[in-house]
Amino acid sequence: MLSITFYHYVDSLVLNLDSTTYKNSFGQAYTVSNFKYYISNIHLKQADGTEYISHDYFLINEEEEKSKKIVLTHIPKGNYTSISYMIGVDSLHNCSGAQSGALDETNGMFWAWNTGYIFLKLEGKSSFSKSPGNIFEYHIGGYKSPANSIRTVLLKLEQPLLIENTKTEAMKIKVNVAEILKTPTNIDFTKMSSVTDTRNASIIADNYKDMFIIEK
Amino acid sequence: MKNKFIVLIIFSACIILLSFANNASDHSISKKDIELKIPKGFPKPIYDFKNNKISPEGFILGRKLFYDPILSKDSSTSCQSCHQRVAAFAHIDHTLSHGIDGKIGTRNVPAIQNMIWKDTYMADGGVNNMEVQPINPLTNPIEMNESLAHIIFKLKQKKEYVALFKKAYKDTIINSERLLKSLAQFTGLMISANSRYDKYLSGKDTFSIQEKSGLQLFRAKCSGCHKEPLFTDNSYRNNGLMADSSLNDIGRGRITKIEGDNFKFKVPSLRNIEMTFPYMHDGRYRKLKDVLNHYSSTISHNKTTDEDVTKIGSLSDKERKDIIAFLLTLTDKEFLNDKRFVDPNRK
Repeated sequence: MLSITFYHYVDSLVLNLDSTTYKNSFGQAYTVSNFKYYISNIHLKQADGTEYISHDYFLINEEEEKSKKIVLTHIPKGNYTSISYMIGVDSLHNCSGAQSGALDETNGMFWAWNTGYIFLKLEGKSSFSKSPGNIFEYHIGGYKSPANSIRTVLLKLEQPLLIENTKTEAMKIKVNVAEILKTPTNIDFTKMSSVTDTRNASIIADNYKDMFIIEK
Repeated sequence: MKNKFIVLIIFSACIILLSFANNASDHSISKKDIELKIPKGFPKPIYDFKNNKISPEGFILGRKLFYDPILSKDSSTSCQSCHQRVAAFAHIDHTLSHGIDGKIGTRNVPAIQNMIWKDTYMADGGVNNMEVQPINPLTNPIEMNESLAHIIFKLKQKKEYVALFKKAYKDTIINSERLLKSLAQFTGLMISANSRYDKYLSGKDTFSIQEKSGLQLFRAKCSGCHKEPLFTDNSYRNNGLMADSSLNDIGRGRITKIEGDNFKFKVPSLRNIEMTFPYMHDGRYRKLKDVLNHYSSTISHNKTTDEDVTKIGSLSDKERKDIIAFLLTLTDKEFLNDKRFVDPNRK
């Protein structure tokens, strides 16, 4: 077994909803009120290329402590050297109709009028935003080209992960929320405070695809 | 005296039995009722019920939900408020859909029929699976304005639904997946394939000279988009309607964000067209003769107007009348009167 815990930060600060103030690349202050994303299609790879694949969907939600720790079971014994996973929902599961569990449409991560899951949600406030109430909202989704926002993360394990039958290994992954708003495209709250359909979504997806780091 | 008494007992017993029999024949659903029969000449369905096995209990639950205003925020509006059985589940004589608080939508209510042969749903094709289509009217603020989570909450409080879900799914879980799948069992079986046109094709009915001429004209002029036997090719087309500036509805373009898709809408089926008036995505035409008049003489030529539409050309009075005579053969009385789809609350 392997447990993976996601720790949410904004650069060097811990993510605290609605309290701590952070700054984006333009020096614009903001707070975060909601941060959720899907992790799926997890692959663990050994040096010889053999793979373990998890078909489960996980909805990580800053507001729910429990959701930040996921557990993978039935991993074959071995020495694993890399982990990869999808941020979001693959195209098959975007077309599969009504679903339950992490993919239940009541989780608020689903677009009804243009079918598809929202892969990642970041919402908050900044006085620089021109949206009503100074809010900003980035709802990122879209599984079809040319607006495909599915991104896959590959993390090499410097210290190989040894899975044995008897005990549960623990992996810690640091998630830097600030990455959603920078590199390659710095997000200016005065110009782009709302992304709520597939338009512009891939810009944000390209930003956040490198927000995960394995913590040693 | 004794004889009279026996007669009275037998008489009362008959009345009681009859009333039971009546109830049973009204709304009962047997295994045979839920068999999926693919009509002759129809293609393989796109929605195949593979992950949603139909059962009498699932169908009954779906039907109960379809007719229950509990699904709307103020318990005023059910699916059938806009999807009326006698109109092939469209909304008779309403140009644009109505919702709660007297609000008016932006599009004409489509019929619900032969849904399992559609590749996408809604006039702009934004919905990719039949099961998730109802989330739109359920949650749209100008339609039923309710959240899925709150619907589930409300259903869990009702003993009747707790029992119906348990019958359908053999355990006590009530969730949105089951809500939507039950609705799909009910609407997915709404299959119309017994019109006079179908009977004419299979040699069980005859056409008048006018209807035959209409069918010929239809095949020459209209079948490029309204492909038999479903009377749609599931494509998106701009049929040359001048855009209504008060609605500013760009149709398919809203979904694909491709300019070339602006003002295109999904080609609707013409089955039961006699009952589904008014016509067009915004319901602007009340009569079939207005529709024929449009294709014959008022097509607006813009960047995305469809070639199959522009090439129809001018239609004579006789041609229009013949085509309409043919279109009326697409009315499927068996479907419109099918007892399986009748409101179960009706006594």
